[in-house]
Amino acid sequence: MKGTAEKIPAIELRNITKTFASVVANEDINLTLYRGEILALLGENGSGKTTLMNILAGIYKPDSGSVLIDGEPVIIHSPEDANKHGIGMIHQHFKLVEVHSAADNIILGDKKIGMFLKASRHERIKELCNNYHLQVEPDKKVYNMSVSEKQTVEILKVLYRGADILILDEPTAVLTPQEADHLFDILRHMRDQGCAIIIITHKLDEVMSISDRVTILHKGKSVATVNTAETNAHELTELMVGKAVELSIQRPPVSHEGNLLEIHHLSVQNEEGVDTLRDVSFDLNHGEILGVAGLAGSGQKELCETIAGLLKPHKGAVLYKNENIIGKTPAEIIKIGISMSFVPEDRLGMGLAASMSLADNLLLKSYKNGKGPFLERKGARALADSLVERLEIVTPDIDTPVRRLSGGNVQKVLLGREIESNPNVLITAYPVRGLDINSSYTIYDAINQQKEKGVGILFIGEDLDVMLELCDRIMVLCHGRITGIVDAKETTKEKLGLMMADATIKEMEGAK
Amino acid sequence: MIYFLFAAIKAGTPLLLGTTGEIVTEKTGNLNLGVEGMMFLGAFAGFYVGHHTGNLLLTLLASCIMGALGALIYAFLTVTLKANQTVSGLALTIFGTGFANFFGQIMIANTEGGVPKLPENLIAQLAETPIPILGNIPVVGKLFFSHNLLVYVAVVVAILCYLYMAKTRHGLNMRSVGENPAAADAAGINVTLVKYVHILLGGAICGLGGAYISLINGGGVWNNNCVNGQGWIAVALVIFASWNPVKAILGSFVFGAFSVLQFYAPKDIIDIPNAFYVMLPYLITAIVLVISSVRKSKKYAQPAGCSINYFREER
Repeated sequence: MKGTAEKIPAIELRNITKTFASVVANEDINLTLYRGEILALLGENGSGKTTLMNILAGIYKPDSGSVLIDGEPVIIHSPEDANKHGIGMIHQHFKLVEVHSAADNIILGDKKIGMFLKASRHERIKELCNNYHLQVEPDKKVYNMSVSEKQTVEILKVLYRGADILILDEPTAVLTPQEADHLFDILRHMRDQGCAIIIITHKLDEVMSISDRVTILHKGKSVATVNTAETNAHELTELMVGKAVELSIQRPPVSHEGNLLEIHHLSVQNEEGVDTLRDVSFDLNHGEILGVAGLAGSGQKELCETIAGLLKPHKGAVLYKNENIIGKTPAEIIKIGISMSFVPEDRLGMGLAASMSLADNLLLKSYKNGKGPFLERKGARALADSLVERLEIVTPDIDTPVRRLSGGNVQKVLLGREIESNPNVLITAYPVRGLDINSSYTIYDAINQQKEKGVGILFIGEDLDVMLELCDRIMVLCHGRITGIVDAKETTKEKLGLMMADATIKEMEGAK
Repeated sequence: MIYFLFAAIKAGTPLLLGTTGEIVTEKTGNLNLGVEGMMFLGAFAGFYVGHHTGNLLLTLLASCIMGALGALIYAFLTVTLKANQTVSGLALTIFGTGFANFFGQIMIANTEGGVPKLPENLIAQLAETPIPILGNIPVVGKLFFSHNLLVYVAVVVAILCYLYMAKTRHGLNMRSVGENPAAADAAGINVTLVKYVHILLGGAICGLGGAYISLINGGGVWNNNCVNGQGWIAVALVIFASWNPVKAILGSFVFGAFSVLQFYAPKDIIDIPNAFYVMLPYLITAIVLVISSVRKSKKYAQPAGCSINYFREER
C-alpha cells in the first residue's frame, strides 16, 4: 500500500494485554489497519488471534492498552458498541436462524424498519448485493443454503448494519477451494470500495494471495508486521513458529522392532464430499512415538477417528498386525488393543461423562469385562486409586464428579484410562493442551513408560518444541495430505513449519 | 348437523385459546406444559370475579392476569433460573389444578346452597346472540354468527397472534429468539425480555381459555375440575396446527367436534359405547403426535430453541 503512512488508520491497537486467569492470551499487541486494505492476522493455534479480534468485537475487554478508531480512542463494551463503530465480525460458526429467509436474518435486530415487515426490506439488501457484488436470494431459507451462501448472508448482515471494518475469523475453514476463491474476490472488491478488512488465518497460501499486509502473532505477542509483497512463505513461517526452545523432555531409545500399524492410502470425505484425508500412508512401529504435526483441521481428528473405527474411510486400509481393521466396530478395535484418548478443545466434550465420578468414568471402558448383570465397581475403584496416585491427579476423592476437576486433571484421567486398558497402540491427541508445565511432564513420562513397554504411540500435538524432543519420528499433515515424515532428531522447527504450510520436502530441497 | 357443528365450534373455543397461548409460548422457545394449570387459574379467577362483581370486563381481565401470573412463575423458573422446562411446566399444571380446586371448594363452602352461580346480567352478556343481519343468513348465520362473545374473541386473538408473529418486526425478533437465541442475542435483541413478554402473553391467552370453560361450558355454575384435560389437548393441538395460530382455529374446531360427537352421533345407526367417544380426542391426539413426528419438515417443525434454556456464552 502506498501512502498509508500519512493516512489515519481505521483501527489502531496500542499495547493490548489480556489475561485469562493465569494464561496471558495477548501481551503488548500493536496493530494498525487502514481503509482500503486487507490485513492478514497470522499465527499458530493459541497464539491469541481470536482473543484479539474478540476484543475488537466487544466480546472481551482488554486488561490494558487502548483501541483507536479513526484516530479517536474508544472503549468497546459490547458487540452493539462495535457495530456503532462500524466493526462487524464474521464468526467461524454462523449465527443464523435456520428456518428464516436470508432477508429476515439480515434485518434481524434492525429497529429502523418500523413496526411491520414490508416487502421493501428486500430492496436495501439487493442494493448492498449490487454494491459489493454479492449474490443472495433474499427469500431463500437458510436451511436450503450451502455453507458459502450462509457465509454471504453473514457478510451481508454486518454490511447491513453499516460496518466498513470487517473481521473474518478463519473464513475459509468451512469452504471448498472454489468457494474460498469466490470469497476472496468478494473481499478484494470490498477492499476496493474502501472497506478495512482483517482476515484471521493460519494458512500461508491464503495470506500470500489475499492480504496487503500481515501481522504475525506468536505466543500472544505481535512479533512483526510485514508487507505481503515484500515477504515469502519461508519468512512468515519462521516468524510464526518462533525460535526453538530447549525443553529437556526424555526420549528413551526405541527398544522394539517391527511394524504394528500400517496405514495404506487412506482417504476420508466429510459430509459435503470434501476430502479431509487424502491418500495417507504411513507405518507405526512397536515402541515408538510417531508425532503428527499440522495446523488445526489438517485431518488429525479424521485420522484418529478412522483408526478408532468411528469414521468410515472413503478409500484405503488400516492394517493392524497384518489384519485390516476397517469395518470393525469401535468396541472390537478397543478389544484388539487400539486405544484412543482425544483431548478436545472442551475437554469434557468427548470421552468423559462430566457428571459421573472418576471411578465410574473408568468403568465406561471396562464394564463389559465384568460378569453378571451388575457393575463390578471394586476393580474400577482400585484402578482409580492407583491412577490418582501415579498420575498425581488432584481430586478430593474418586467419587467426585469429573466436571469438578481442573482441566489438567481431567486430561490425566482421559489418558490414564486409555493406558490402563493395556493397549498395543495408543492414540493420544493434544494430551497436554492447556496444562501447566509440571502436569505436562507427568503426561510425557506416562507416555514414555508405554513406549518402553513396546506400545506404538501416535501423538497428535500442537507444540513443535515438545514434539521435536518427545517423538521419534514426526509426520506432518497439511490439508489432509502427508507433506513429510521426518526423523525428529534431525529435523528443525522451520522445516516442520514449512511442511505444515504445504511445502513438501522435495519442494524445500528444490528451493535450496 | 348444523347443531353438531355449532356445538363443535363452541366446544373447540377453549382449545383454540389454549393452543394459541401455547403457540406464542413455544415460538419464543419455551415449551410450557403448564397450559392446563394456567387454564385452571384463569377459570377460577374469571369465575370468582364474575361471581362477585358481575362485570364482564373485570372477569375477563382477571382470568388473563391470573393466567399470566401462572406463566410468570414458569418464566421466572425457566428463563431466569434456567430450570428444566418440562418439569417447571408440569409443576405449574399441578399447582394451577390444585389452586383452582382448593379455592373453588372454599367458594362452594361459602356460598349458600353450595352452588356458586354467576349473576344473571353476566350470563346474559355471555349468552349466544346472533349478530344483526349476518346472523340471519341461513345456515352460515347460525353456524358462524350466532355464537357467544368469547368465540369471536378467540378467533380474533388467534388471527392477531398470527399477524403479529408473521408480519411484524417484534414477531420476527420473537421467532428468532425461539429458533436461535444466540443469533438473536448477537443481533442485539434482549432475549430474556422477549421470552418473558411472550410467555406471559401466552399465559394470559391460556387464562382466557380457562375462563371460557368456567363461564360458558359450566352453564354459570362453578364445577371443580372443570378444565379436565383440555389444556393437554391444547398442547398436542400446537403440533397439529404446526405452530400456526390460524391453522389452530381449524384444528381446535375439529377437536371440539370429536369431544361433542357422543351427543350427536346417531345412536340408532352406530352403536358404540360412550366411553369410546370420550376417549376419541385423546386417541386422535396420540395419532397426530405419531404422524407429526414421522413427518420431518423444517418448515412445520417445532422452533429449534424450544425446551432448551439459553445461556449466553461465557464472556
